Amino acid sequence: MTRIHDLAVVGAGPAGVAGALTAALAGLDVVLVDGAGRPGGQYFRRPAEGFHAARPGALHHGLDRFTRQWEALRERAEVLLSTRVWAVERADGAITVRCLEGDREERPRTVTARGLLVATGAHDRPLPFPGWDLPGVLTAGGAQALLKGDLVVAGRRVVVAGTGPFLLPVAAGLADAGAQVLGVHEANRRFGLARHPLLAAGRAAEALGYAARLARHRVPYSGREAVIAAHGETALTHVTVASLDAAWRPLSTRTVECDTLACGYGFVPQLDLPLQLDCATRRDPDGGPVVAVDAGMRTSVPGVYAAGEATGVGGAALAEVEGRIAGRAAAADLGRPTPPDPALSRRRDRLAAFARALQGAYPLRPGWQDWLRDDTLVCRCEEVPLSAVREAQAMGAVDARSVKLLARPGMGWCQGRMCGYAVACLVGEDPAPPRRPIAQPVRLGDLAARARPAPDGRKTSSEG
Amino acid sequence: MSGPYRLVRARPEPEFEISVDGAPVAVVPGQSVGAAMHGAGIRSWRTTRFGGRPRGLYCGIGVCFDCLVTVNGVPSLRACLTEARPGDLVTTGEAPAPSGAGGER
Amino acid sequence: MPDVVVVGAGVVGAACAYYAARAGLDVLVVDRGAVAGGTTGAGEGNVLVSDKGPGPELDLALLSNRLWRDLAADGPDGGPDGGFEFEAKGGLVVAETDEVLEALTGLAGEQGVECVAVAAGELGDYEPHLAKGLAGGVFYPHDAQVQPMLAAARLIRRGAERFGHGALMLRTGVTVTGFLRDGDRVTGVTTSCGDILAGAVVNAAGTWGGEIAALAGVRVPILPRRGFILVTEPLAGPLIRHKVYTAGYVTAVASDSEGLETSAVVESTPSGPVLIGASRERVGFDRTISVPVLERLARQAVELFPALAAYRVIRAYCGFRPYCPDHLPVIGEDPRVPGLYHACGHEGAGIGLAPATGHLIARLLAGLDPDLDLAPFSPDRFPQEAS
Ligand SMILES: Cc1cc2nc3c(=O)[nH]c(=O)nc-3n(C[C@H](O)[C@H](O)[C@H](O)COP(=O)(O)OP(=O)(O)OC[C@H]3O[C@@H](n4cnc5c(N)ncnc54)[C@H](O)[C@@H]3O)c2cc1C
Ligand SMILES: Cc1cc2nc3c(=O)[nH]c(=O)nc-3n(C[C@H](O)[C@H](O)[C@H](O)COP(=O)(O)OP(=O)(O)OC[C@H]3O[C@@H](n4cnc5c(N)ncnc54)[C@H](O)[C@@H]3O)c2cc1C
Ligand code: FES
Repeated sequence: MTRIHDLAVVGAGPAGVAGALTAALAGLDVVLVDGAGRPGGQYFRRPAEGFHAARPGALHHGLDRFTRQWEALRERAEVLLSTRVWAVERADGAITVRCLEGDREERPRTVTARGLLVATGAHDRPLPFPGWDLPGVLTAGGAQALLKGDLVVAGRRVVVAGTGPFLLPVAAGLADAGAQVLGVHEANRRFGLARHPLLAAGRAAEALGYAARLARHRVPYSGREAVIAAHGETALTHVTVASLDAAWRPLSTRTVECDTLACGYGFVPQLDLPLQLDCATRRDPDGGPVVAVDAGMRTSVPGVYAAGEATGVGGAALAEVEGRIAGRAAAADLGRPTPPDPALSRRRDRLAAFARALQGAYPLRPGWQDWLRDDTLVCRCEEVPLSAVREAQAMGAVDARSVKLLARPGMGWCQGRMCGYAVACLVGEDPAPPRRPIAQPVRLGDLAARARPAPDGRKTSSEG
Repeated sequence: MSGPYRLVRARPEPEFEISVDGAPVAVVPGQSVGAAMHGAGIRSWRTTRFGGRPRGLYCGIGVCFDCLVTVNGVPSLRACLTEARPGDLVTTGEAPAPSGAGGER
Repeated sequence: MPDVVVVGAGVVGAACAYYAARAGLDVLVVDRGAVAGGTTGAGEGNVLVSDKGPGPELDLALLSNRLWRDLAADGPDGGPDGGFEFEAKGGLVVAETDEVLEALTGLAGEQGVECVAVAAGELGDYEPHLAKGLAGGVFYPHDAQVQPMLAAARLIRRGAERFGHGALMLRTGVTVTGFLRDGDRVTGVTTSCGDILAGAVVNAAGTWGGEIAALAGVRVPILPRRGFILVTEPLAGPLIRHKVYTAGYVTAVASDSEGLETSAVVESTPSGPVLIGASRERVGFDRTISVPVLERLARQAVELFPALAAYRVIRAYCGFRPYCPDHLPVIGEDPRVPGLYHACGHEGAGIGLAPATGHLIARLLAGLDPDLDLAPFSPDRFPQEAS
């Protein structure tokens, strides 16, 4: 008999850990699953134990608080790290979570629970440009993850580009860690410190801190600029930086020699699991799909909750609050006495409003499409150039799905996680909710292992 | 002590070695194969199947699959997610073709 | 005003349009979505003659097989793949037991299709990675493969480029909502984008063909039969040389069961991944993924090719085969509605059967005799009352 938990939580970032702990404290039997080997998610990613970092919090605000939550959770719940979820199913009111355990062994493992909290966070949202697949070009989050998790500085001479407030901690972290940061190129307007949206979000200290650190390292921070091409034979040697008009069309360019580019245009929530369960989505202000939730972080599917970036990109503080709300709702729905906490809801509303304001302050403008040449890869995995996308459109592929069917962008290893946003823009639509029945690659042998043979061995015609 | 170590006041355990195509690469316990290689200045370890383009780390968190690598003969592991273990043999380039006739594997 | 409006830009509609344009007709293809966005975008691309028992469907398949080869050879750049990854790779049908092998070779004898019996010991010459212990098989050199989405899109484009500007046009995002009539006769369609007058209308709406027929007031019973496909990571080289599947199917007639049926069909593709099919279930238009079905497909594939166990599945998709109660497609003019031609209901073989369907429809439209007896495919062969 498999054990049936009350609540399975996927994601050990701020949302998942806060949600799991809240639910456990309310008396639920909780299991938390994360593919990473260490807790923290993206924001609270911390150096490997082998570093014995005395001050890991130097790289993020609020790590101590998170660590306390994590320690408290470990005493009250089952936690499965290095365990990736590749599918979730719902039948007869129970949720089956299919996992692969071990970062290379990938042993199949199944977790069953009455409820599910999806706290799978987000990944970087790249935009394509010539040369973006050269080694040395990283996503902004990737550079950050290398630093926070492995204490590896992404490069010696680094350019940071993209849009959004996230560029600042990335640049500041790299500079503090010893990289020469040659510039931060914000494609939108550069907000003077007095008007920076982070101030409105009540994160003045944070914003001032980044500004001071960048100033100390003499890192230029410019608005209406972007890296529109990366160059090099087998690795990055220089980039083309352009000044942009309001629509992000290049006005003038210059060349900057560098060995590393950290580039990101916001984040894409990871929705594979909730979409497998058919949870309803809504559009975030930036047009991208996010899980629709009620005031208790309940999705449209009974027993399924979502918190953190999966319900809209809003950062670690909002993620934690949402996790706590979800944990309380799950406990209440399973009959544990849980008095309402209006303060928590008000905090969520406030942080969510700030998140929307931030998204509004850093929109993506269509001029980036002018950065592409015919031979610029749009899809890295299947090496699909812009010209192939245009050819598919000319043949009647009028939406992103049919462009994918004809020209293959999004068909490869990453399943459109990297190119999906750009392809949708190129065909002029908002990105559709991604349908990925297999959220993590799974070996055929592992998939086969659980199958029972056909009941009567009968098979029928074969043609597919 | 290098920048990031100073920043967090790390007192790293002794490094161990893995081998990348026969060359030793030092790893602090807990680091990923991809981070160790990137830190050692190895920026790419695979080529794409159509254009032969070099690829290494890109997203750093397991979503782009650019960093695929073969470790101890196991192909197509994401280097950024795979924690290095002492003595790991990393081979770069295309994943090996399946060997031998059916029936075994 | 076009001579013909084709409803549906799947592979069947594309073939109808191509051959009609070639026959000198002005053709307009309309689709509510994109080109190849229906079941054509959710199939596998097998062009098989091996899997059909003697009868009208096999005759259609043989004609279609010839036409696919012609279309491929006639590609724009003269390349062998026609611009749609045509591969005349041949199909290997394998039998797990002696009993099945006997049935398989028996069928092969009746089909009258070129084939080669393959003894157990020779299977490895065809497929080095095939599991040991199989009883034997039959190799069908005519079995082939296409990339169905590209095939549909390129056929439409080729027709447009080749047969004169205006002879073949595609309009996407146009939903057919009804028919224009002159008495019984169909004179066009009403659509979400206005009325379109035409000399004839071809219903190539696949799984939704029954809905189009209903708009004309006639019953053509076409229902969805769900199928899942697994897609592996791209392989550096082809692990599997031919189209390979198990022969279990010859022991069962076309099944009418509602329940799940699976049989292993495994093939490498030019783009690298291995495709693993296929399941059949009648569950309406339900897209919810079924992990047990995926597991069963994986198991059958690994039993056939143990080396596959080490490769990863990165994707799975499902589609809805358009099936009729007697498992034959509907091809021909509807005697109840002059001017309405049906070309739908090809179930799990619409890709393979598309060119023959298009060719036959084009002959009818051009007033020529079809060169194959269409009686078994007639649109009014079903009882009129709802079942
Ligand atoms: C690479 C990257 C770096 C970032 N760095 C910062 C930063 O330095 N500062 C900052 O303010 N914001 C950063 N962010 C933004 C970040 O999204 C939020 O700050 C915050 O971490 C969101 O919290 P969360 O709980 O919603 O999700 P996350 O913190 O992202 O946690 C989600 C967790 O779910 C796990 N997961 C996802 N899918 C699966 C699955 N299928 N199976 C098992 N586990 C799964 C992940 O491993 C992850 O641990 C970063 C984002 C990214 C993508
Ligand atoms: C899993 C699976 C595997 C398969 N494998 C194979 C195989 O290997 N070999 C093979 O031969 N066959 C295979 N098939 C079957 C094959 O895919 C279908 O038979 C074939 O694609 C049907 O093509 P079609 O053009 O008739 O229909 P579709 O491709 O579905 O095209 C019909 C079009 O009509 C449009 N339409 C519908 N209603 C309207 C309207 N009111 N107005 C305007 N447009 C409308 C739709 O948008 C659609 O694009 C498989 C099917 C499945 C599900
Ligand atoms: S760097 Fe993207 S998956 Fe490893």
